Amino acid sequence: MCGIVGIYLKNKKYNSQLGKLLSGMMNSMATRGPDSAGFAIYSSEKKKKYKYSVCFSGTQVKEISKKLHKHVKDLKVKSVSDHLVLETSMKPQKFLNILKNYNELSIVGYGNCIEIFKQVGNPKEVVKNFSLENFTGTHAIGHTRMATESAITTDGSHPYSTGEDECLVHNGSLSNHNNLRRTLEKKGVEIKSMNDTEVAAGYISNGLSNKKSLKETLLEGLKDLDGFYTFISGTKNGMAIVRDEIACKPAVVAETKDYVAIASEFQAMAHLPNVNSAKIFEPEPGRVYSWGK
Amino acid sequence: MNLNLKKESLRKVNEALQNIDRKSNKKIFKISNPDGNHAICAGLKHDIEVTIDGHTGYYCAGMNMNANIIVNGNVGTGVAENMMSGTVHVKGNASQSAGATAHGGTLIIDGDTSSRCGISMKGIDIIVKGSVGHMSAFMAQSGNLVICGDAGDALGDSIYEAKIFIKGKAKSLGADCEEKKMNKKDQNLLRSLLKKSKINESEIDNFKMYGSARKLYNFNIDNVSEY
Repeated sequence: MCGIVGIYLKNKKYNSQLGKLLSGMMNSMATRGPDSAGFAIYSSEKKKKYKYSVCFSGTQVKEISKKLHKHVKDLKVKSVSDHLVLETSMKPQKFLNILKNYNELSIVGYGNCIEIFKQVGNPKEVVKNFSLENFTGTHAIGHTRMATESAITTDGSHPYSTGEDECLVHNGSLSNHNNLRRTLEKKGVEIKSMNDTEVAAGYISNGLSNKKSLKETLLEGLKDLDGFYTFISGTKNGMAIVRDEIACKPAVVAETKDYVAIASEFQAMAHLPNVNSAKIFEPEPGRVYSWGK
Repeated sequence: MNLNLKKESLRKVNEALQNIDRKSNKKIFKISNPDGNHAICAGLKHDIEVTIDGHTGYYCAGMNMNANIIVNGNVGTGVAENMMSGTVHVKGNASQSAGATAHGGTLIIDGDTSSRCGISMKGIDIIVKGSVGHMSAFMAQSGNLVICGDAGDALGDSIYEAKIFIKGKAKSLGADCEEKKMNKKDQNLLRSLLKKSKINESEIDNFKMYGSARKLYNFNIDNVSEY
């Protein structure tokens, strides 16, 4: 099963409600994925600042902040449930190396505009723990997981982020991820977990870093990724959806003049403003749909 | 009678509709705020009319017997699956597997359906005013599928004795599906199906009929090396 959701706001007036709209979507997809949940929120770009979302397994936020301050002077620490969002102007190459020295910190995602949170447990609880309702931003992507091929851990939860401001959620399963993992690792793509979706995220990151567009990369993926999938992929510019050519895994899109919403089932969108007058359709198999700047 | 799914639980609403007192005169019902819930109006068995105002989730009107169900919106996967009799009329689009395995009754869809429309159908009449997705009428055994638009890949794959009428084009035909010549009987059948769904009967000349080539019915000794 698994539930996937995404929302892209065309009208700024809803930016302040982004978290509220997404939390409703996540809650109603809890039945499709009761094991764990996660979401990525994109807000407007802070050009010279980077945000690093990390899962913190320790208890003393003050202590770890102090330690990190020794390396990074301009560090701002925001604590949200068991995650920290670390904001600094220090570039990823340098900062990610510093983080590697701390076993209690594991990086979930980073970039100029993305924040990612994920946790084991019922999505309704996860949404509450992170106070998703209070988040603001331009677009967001979420996932509720029914674990199949790898363990129920935070590492095994979606969204996966393998590149700056990128993320991927997946409903389905891939059958050639082990081969693909080896090929990508040879190309220098770092894949941390044993999860199939992280390999797909790595595949997309590799495509984007080779200056291909998200649409091009996802279309190429139809040839290279074997298995069942509906993917929602996010970048700082927007989001895209693609379904494999068999299209066993569901997806519905609702588009109004104010927003585009994607979900595994319509019931996840029933609470969205004016959804009954939205243009509602199912994405065709093997076709990439994208929205954004 | 109005049933509001924001105020009453789905189970309560379904139970009420499944257990109508046959002596009562209440025969017309309206369901509001379906909000994409699953299995709305599943398992109805009486001669009643239910109008659902909005979009529904999976298996809407599943296993229907006798009831006349109208959906003013879109439906999710498996609308009217395993229907036995009665009518289901969807005013919007339908998701995949519309009318799956249904034995009888009529399913009319004003919009499009996605993949596997009429999969394993066993006697139902399905009329789609728009187009259908890939693998439609897969292993269809009996009944009729009328498509006023186009069809996706592999239409009628491994079809048995169901009939497919299509006005537009199929992207490709599935294994053992071939075009058939329409005789008078077929034309009359198509005419009655169009009439039932309020489509202009003069359109019948624009339709083509497809059915089984019956080459998969028996084992062909020439294929023995494949096994």
